Amino acid sequence: MTRIDAKFAELKDQGRKAFVSYIMAGDPDFDTSLAVVKGLPGAGVDIIELGLPFTDPMADGPTIQVAGQRALEGGMTLDRTLELVRAFRQGDDTTPIVLMGYYNPIYSRGVAKFLDQAKAAGIDGLIVVDLPPEEDDELCLPAQAAGLNFIRLATPTTDDRRLPKVLTNTSGFVYYVSITGITGAAAPEPSDVAPEVARIKAQTDLPVIVGFGIRTPEAAEAIAGIADGCVVGSAIVSELASGRGVEEVLSFVKSLSDGAHRA
Amino acid sequence: MANDLFNSFMTGPDENGRFGDFGGRFVSETLMPLILSLEEEYERAKTDQGFWDEMNHLWTHYVGRPSPMYFAERMTEHLGGAKVYFKRDELNHTGAHKINNVLGQILLARRMGKTRIIAETGAGQHGVATATVCAKFGLKCVVYMGAHDVERQSPNVFRMKLLGAEVVPVTSGRGTLKDAMNDALRDWVTNVRDTFYCIGTVAGPHPYPAMVRDFQSIIGKEAKAQLMEQEGRLPDTIIAAIGGGSNAMGLFYPFLDDKEVSIIGVEAGGKGVNAKMEHCASLTGGRPGVLHGNRTYLLQDDDGQILEGFSISAGLDYPGIGPEHAWLHDIGRAHYVSITDAEALEAFKLSCALEGIIPALEPSHALAHVMKIAPELPKDHIICMNMCGRGDKDIFTVAKHLAWDMTGSS
Repeated sequence: MTRIDAKFAELKDQGRKAFVSYIMAGDPDFDTSLAVVKGLPGAGVDIIELGLPFTDPMADGPTIQVAGQRALEGGMTLDRTLELVRAFRQGDDTTPIVLMGYYNPIYSRGVAKFLDQAKAAGIDGLIVVDLPPEEDDELCLPAQAAGLNFIRLATPTTDDRRLPKVLTNTSGFVYYVSITGITGAAAPEPSDVAPEVARIKAQTDLPVIVGFGIRTPEAAEAIAGIADGCVVGSAIVSELASGRGVEEVLSFVKSLSDGAHRA
Repeated sequence: MANDLFNSFMTGPDENGRFGDFGGRFVSETLMPLILSLEEEYERAKTDQGFWDEMNHLWTHYVGRPSPMYFAERMTEHLGGAKVYFKRDELNHTGAHKINNVLGQILLARRMGKTRIIAETGAGQHGVATATVCAKFGLKCVVYMGAHDVERQSPNVFRMKLLGAEVVPVTSGRGTLKDAMNDALRDWVTNVRDTFYCIGTVAGPHPYPAMVRDFQSIIGKEAKAQLMEQEGRLPDTIIAAIGGGSNAMGLFYPFLDDKEVSIIGVEAGGKGVNAKMEHCASLTGGRPGVLHGNRTYLLQDDDGQILEGFSISAGLDYPGIGPEHAWLHDIGRAHYVSITDAEALEAFKLSCALEGIIPALEPSHALAHVMKIAPELPKDHIICMNMCGRGDKDIFTVAKHLAWDMTGSS
């Protein structure tokens, strides 16, 4: 059982929805992002999604693109990202961390070596945007064998015929992408998302978490209400980008998690 | 050997879109159903005589195919060795090989009921070809082009606009061809229902590398038949320039099983293939990685971050290369070399002076390699080089590099 599985068991017992927050590792610099990550559990975050910066984030909107560039310009690397996770784990051994990014930095490191290092650092799961089920042999299967969750994205274009393929070999939770589009784009309509979540839940026992386009406590509440939880990324990253201090960012995160937890 | 399927180099990719370890389908889930349905449609079209009849009709009457196979007599005399032929794909409508592929993809888009076409472009040739065919068929066309390229290829930007396309200058990342491709993918992921992504080279997720190669293979098929007619035999060496590698793959593919034909791809060496990475030679200066839907050789740093290429030619300025080239490189069936900006400029000038052909900077790279090897080869050695584009779009760039005054006052 990973920290992710344990967290969902705990939330289920409490009858609570999950609030998942995304920030980019090293944005705007190592120390600031570490301070934010350390503060997330206290701000009501159940699962931390940590972005691994990449030069070519094809599924991300401008907010997260620029966050990645800031991190890279500040000297962020895969090693430094793992170092950030280790630093967080010194004070928190329960909050799950999901590393989210693209395949090339991982492939460049070497899959076996990366998995050893990620596991040792205290990462619990991976979301790798450019690895669909068709490429499961690359990282998904080795990651599961290494005891990490491999969390897959399901999208509005994933029809019923394809859904079983997406759900096979998925673990931890299913991340439902609420819109066709990139991160930080248009807000999803809860009434559009609800039947999609039901469609997925009909085929899996895994929790279904919805992300993309959620920016406000109200939206977090509405979306979490029709799923097992929600993810907010770009809205938090925007706060950091606009120069807000760590405390201000964390209080914004708290307002979002309160929203989700009201659901 | 061509009939021996067990040893054929022409059977790839496999059902997962792999050429050896290269290629594949490294895209987000949102796009996965789209590329699977494209693959299905392409498989159907491939064996549909009606599809190819329409292609052939357009190739003949709209593009102007077959393009000539031209014996470059004065170039041959000047170099003093091998006999040099140019495959004249720069004479195609829109001035480059790009339209061969665009026609195929747009016909597929029409079969799939898509009404909006998006494309990325570097030098602007693929953008112009896409805008052209969209105008012909009344389709909405949006072209993503790096802001830096918009500036250095302004004649092509104007052409695209005249043809009714919307040109989106890409400022994300560093505003080059790879960023234009990122933004095109972001558009596609957002507009999945009505939009067809017309990729300009033999890269991207399966089935694009194979599909674009198949459409461009008309170049090699014609070249083979034309040289058989003019020389009574196959060439000894075929040469083409490579950015993503579509004109090269188009020339090479029909010759892959003709073992006696030596195949050479020419990458952009920029200021020289050195540690500073001021070049675009993915095969000679890069290593395998995953970008834009496929595994191939990429310019990247030790941490797997993608590096910007550098070349005088906007059409070669891409940090990757088509996966089939990566495979041909690894198995040794084709050889890949690099040519610097300075060498390409010399070739550009020589083609103008000796043959009355203003080449694009992309095939100028191929010609520069011809100039290196032809003098050392016997007079009965036949080289066929793909003159894949004309140089009208490049005259301002070349003038700048040669420090010529273009105002007409001197």
